[in-house]
Amino acid sequence: MVLSSFNLQTAAVADVELRKMLRDPTELVSRAVQPVLWLAVFGQVMEQVRGIHSGPVSYLVFITPGILAQSVLFSAIFYGIAVIWERDLGVVHKLLVSPAYRSALVLGKALAAGFRGLVQAGVIYLLAALMHVQLRHDPFVIGVVLCTVVLGSAVFSTFSLIIACIVKTRERFMGVGQVLTMPLFFASSAIYPLDLMPPWLRAIARFNPLTYLVDALRVLMVPGDAPALAAWGLDALVLAGVFAVLLAVAVRLYPSLVR
Amino acid sequence: MQGGPATIEVRQLTRRFGSLKAVDRVSLSVTQGRIFGLLGSNGAGKTTLIKMLTTLLPPSEGDALVAGASILEAPRQVRQRIGYVPQMLSADGSLTARENLLFSARLYGVAARDRAARIAEALRFMGLEEAAGRLVKTYSGGMIRRLELAQAMLHRPEVLFLDEPTIGLDPLARHAVWERLESLRREFNTTVLLTTHDMEEADRLCDELAILHSGALAVTGRPEELRAAISATATLDDVFAHYCGGTIEEGGRFTDIREARATARRVG
Repeated sequence: MVLSSFNLQTAAVADVELRKMLRDPTELVSRAVQPVLWLAVFGQVMEQVRGIHSGPVSYLVFITPGILAQSVLFSAIFYGIAVIWERDLGVVHKLLVSPAYRSALVLGKALAAGFRGLVQAGVIYLLAALMHVQLRHDPFVIGVVLCTVVLGSAVFSTFSLIIACIVKTRERFMGVGQVLTMPLFFASSAIYPLDLMPPWLRAIARFNPLTYLVDALRVLMVPGDAPALAAWGLDALVLAGVFAVLLAVAVRLYPSLVR
Repeated sequence: MQGGPATIEVRQLTRRFGSLKAVDRVSLSVTQGRIFGLLGSNGAGKTTLIKMLTTLLPPSEGDALVAGASILEAPRQVRQRIGYVPQMLSADGSLTARENLLFSARLYGVAARDRAARIAEALRFMGLEEAAGRLVKTYSGGMIRRLELAQAMLHRPEVLFLDEPTIGLDPLARHAVWERLESLRREFNTTVLLTTHDMEEADRLCDELAILHSGALAVTGRPEELRAAISATATLDDVFAHYCGGTIEEGGRFTDIREARATARRVG
């Protein structure tokens, strides 16, 4: 009974977010611009200059999973702004006065953010195909990639929700969001291997969830022998653990938005 | 107040923000099926009191029973039994009225087999049947308020909390909202607790009033009793000035005032 109402409430929140997203896809389209620049401009230039040693695969193949992870991060991290906006409109008040489980409210939003991530994945695969970047196209692997993208989006959108609950205003959020996004990106293995980093940055990168998302996607997407599912499993486990902790914190903080 | 059992029983409710006492040992009771108005200047503690009664804000001291459940011990039960319309226009403009209602029905656990009928009834009751498939951002302020009332009533709550329900509405829309509230009370015996700055609304709609001043309860009574206590010709404006005047009002948090103005602007 508890589980079924929890599921129903989670689905209701995710459904509303999806309807809104599909009704006005401007944001989805504009979010697709950035990965195009990173892959088509940065990726191609760096491949030409051979400035970053990417192991046995071409730099474009190496960077594609990194850019997918980056798109997931960038589209999820400003999610908190929407939550602050909803607070200003009284939507959060209304949600919190309903008997819905607070965890269902937060999880529903995280799942909806996962959908944005899926759209980003579609854009990256399409772009990679146009640029003749060789990725693994096994349907099972693509399915696992999509699940990983949903998990990654859930992690960063919930992190963003926590920031929103702490800073509470859009102005402060914009500042904090900018400050957090680039360090998370550069202190990860998205555009260069961990081995190239100075030891202090490598140490930071090991605590960065984005590194695990990049690694999980790279294991799956880069062609070669059968994907190392054990390595992917470990990354996914870390991401799931981080998500569980963030979810618990967000559920506690969410009601403070309206106090 | 005579009548049936109390649906809201507030006991010594207090809320502090740092050294500020936003609500100071307020006790009151609201009888089932009555419309109860909370009056007070900006910053008098009305919204803070409503936030505590709707379980959005934990009290610093005291307790309240709402529809038989304690806000401290059984907040989820309280939430199951109440409906709430915040001061801001909170219906989702990117969804249709029907989608907004469906969302509320799911959140409140209205059984799947009853949902369609409940939604149709709510739309008819609030006079929104023809506009049900339109995006809410195309609605007038009065229509949005009626939709929000429909959302808040969908699960048939025992108590309805309304924070300045007619702020910024034109007279016709205001009267339409009053009529719906009176019909809700008639048909479902719903208890309504609302805050307002509109003395006409307080006089016409409310069975009983409470005036809050600096967080404390200044007086409670029926509108006619409160007027008569001041003078034979007194209006509610006079009553308000009697209990809240005399000091320069310095209350009202910046965010509260900004929200009120934003709501008035969006409605208008």
